[in-house]
Amino acid sequence: MSDVVLLVGTRKGAFLYHADARRATWRVDGPHHFGAEVHHMVMDPRDRKTILMAAKTGHLGPTVFRSTDFGKTWAEASQPPAFRKTASGDGPAVDHTFWLTPGPANETGVWWAGTSPPGLFRSEDGGATWTGNESFNEGLVPSLKEVIGPVPGGPIAHSILIDPRDPKRMFLGISTGGIFTSEDGGASWKPLNNGVAADFIPTPDPEVGHDPHCIVMHPAKPDRLYHQNHCGIYRLDRPATRWERIGKNMPTLIGDIGFPIVVHPRDPDTAWVVPMDGTTVWPRTSIDGKPAAYRTRDAGLTWERQDAGLPREHGWFTVLRQGMTADEGDPLGLYFGTTGGSIWMSGDEGESWRPIVSHLPTIFSVVAAGG
Amino acid sequence: MRVLVPPPLHSYTGGVTRVEAEGATLAELLVDLDARYPGIRFRMIDEQDRVRPHIRLFVNAVLSPAMEQPLHASDEVQIICALSGG
Repeated sequence: MSDVVLLVGTRKGAFLYHADARRATWRVDGPHHFGAEVHHMVMDPRDRKTILMAAKTGHLGPTVFRSTDFGKTWAEASQPPAFRKTASGDGPAVDHTFWLTPGPANETGVWWAGTSPPGLFRSEDGGATWTGNESFNEGLVPSLKEVIGPVPGGPIAHSILIDPRDPKRMFLGISTGGIFTSEDGGASWKPLNNGVAADFIPTPDPEVGHDPHCIVMHPAKPDRLYHQNHCGIYRLDRPATRWERIGKNMPTLIGDIGFPIVVHPRDPDTAWVVPMDGTTVWPRTSIDGKPAAYRTRDAGLTWERQDAGLPREHGWFTVLRQGMTADEGDPLGLYFGTTGGSIWMSGDEGESWRPIVSHLPTIFSVVAAGG
Repeated sequence: MRVLVPPPLHSYTGGVTRVEAEGATLAELLVDLDARYPGIRFRMIDEQDRVRPHIRLFVNAVLSPAMEQPLHASDEVQIICALSGG
């Protein structure tokens, strides 16, 4: 097992946590870009030393920082993600880059970024310069203006997924807007929301307008997608085109609302979610103040509660959509960061949890590298 | 002319508050500033050429009404990060 590093983005900067070989102790490196809102920080799996960071500050506009030496030094993108200037000057402006996805293995230097307001951008030079995806930014998104909603923090494009067998096949989510897929590398997009609930839209079975919170593709079985939605947990086994609501198999008193969903990298039937309170006024915190992960090992047919080691009461935190991750170890290491600034770890696939980091600012994202 | 740069942008100027830049208008001055300190303009001005919500640009201590405001060599431009917290 290689050493695990957690890449952590917070409201006030970025942190790298290096584990020892047994994942028993963690050494902090940071803060990096202290004071910046860091929504996502991702290692390039093609060279395992490049890291991209999506950052902005309260006063200043958004940018992307790039490190080619695993965080020792950072350089700013010379052309960060930005929409095309319109003649009238009233076009959209990127508020922040929210999501970063490295390109496929055979496309060195390619990265994709999702922004708020929803935009899709591509870099072919390792994140130094970014170009807008015209079909998405100037075709699809304007066509959705009636359904792109003001979710907390602003509407976003996220969960950019690329099929490793065919990099022209892509998936992504817009909150709100729905799930969309491309078969031509982003030249055109079509909705993929069949079967997904949208309780906040009066129209039954709308084609678009849904609120996917987090979509994941199984790396060893790319036709299997899971997603945690504002309205439930779903699985899709392509070439089927209708999502199945596997969250209906969650305990009734827990429900199937949450932000993150994580798959076991070696078992397509195993996934984890962290349910949150989506009742009444949507507090979005641990249900009854008793945080827990739920695991399925049969692709969503059944779920089991995993809360050993987590607070038994008064644990009122939220795990955001980029806040949960798995390493590559065996046994698998699982991690989630909270809005309360703690990171919890399980070294036994969710059977038990322990805190490994406390007192950070609000955690936006936790991404594991290695393991 | 002299440009006063606030602390959030000091990472671009090497920690320097008072820098020099040229331009016949505020818009031109910011382009010149970006040539001297690459990346600094986009942190203040968005891609539609709008001043970002928490940035204010003053000329000789007067809030500038427009990016096309003419400038003179003796002017002093002050970039202010507006109060945006508590």
